[in-house]
Amino acid sequence: MQKTLKVAVLRFPGTNCEFDTQYAFEKLGHTTELVWHEDENLPADIDLVVVPGGFSYGDYLRSGSIARFSPVMKAVTTYANDGGKVLGICNGFQILTEAGLLPGALKRNNDLHFISKHQNLCVINNDNAFLNLCEKGEVLNIPIAHADGNYYIDDEGFKKLEENEQILLRYSNENGEPVVVNGSVTSIAGICNEAKNVFGLMPHPERALEAILGSEDGIRMLKGFEA
Amino acid sequence: MTKAVVNVFLKDGVLDPQGKAAHHALDSLGFDSVDDVRIGKQIIIKLHTDDRAEAEAEVKEMCETLLANTVIEDYTIEIN
Repeated sequence: MQKTLKVAVLRFPGTNCEFDTQYAFEKLGHTTELVWHEDENLPADIDLVVVPGGFSYGDYLRSGSIARFSPVMKAVTTYANDGGKVLGICNGFQILTEAGLLPGALKRNNDLHFISKHQNLCVINNDNAFLNLCEKGEVLNIPIAHADGNYYIDDEGFKKLEENEQILLRYSNENGEPVVVNGSVTSIAGICNEAKNVFGLMPHPERALEAILGSEDGIRMLKGFEA
Repeated sequence: MTKAVVNVFLKDGVLDPQGKAAHHALDSLGFDSVDDVRIGKQIIIKLHTDDRAEAEAEVKEMCETLLANTVIEDYTIEIN
């Protein structure tokens, strides 16, 4: 029988993907709870924290830079350091890098545009709690919608990412070959931390659950957390 | 009162997409003397201390904590 997850979905001023995220996990049979940024504690007995997309604090100063100091982020940091699973999508990814829970940083897209479209992604590593239902080299079709998705990490950090199999996804063509979308180092679209319990990606799997809306590849990604 | 002027820029070696776009625009306007353009931000902070050293130490901490992301950015501080 499928395990029912209890998912905490964070909400900051300016978050706008919290309901999509709840819809996605509830469609998969899980329970969700919104958590306000001023809350100092996460709900009890949760299986996953999702930091959803949006424009927390208007993206002022840098995307995610102010949200990371919210009271709830202290609880998330403790939860993550204790091995709890955390998924950051889009602005959530930016918040997790700003908080130091994920390495690197997200800069303005190279072409300075807000890019909003369906994008192919190649699965680079699947030996983790997120992409375990996807195959290595598999191509997924997932929407992206961001202005600051240009992932940067220095050479030393990049080597570590590669060696520890922390690179999750790259922007690719339909054959899985990397393509330049926003200027990210080696076309990286998503990564995890060294302990493989904190995940971040710019694309929106929660927007890819119905074939009629262009793709249902997001289901396989999010269901990974059931394992 | 002390005024601190903080300048935050992307580090050398980290591609600055905005600077590059401005550079291209300057090139196409005929300003062919331009070697490089970097765009950053300036943050002006007024502190209610008159102790310059104290102000500088405090502003440095603000930069390290919030105002700059030292993974990709450098900063300078001027105390006036």
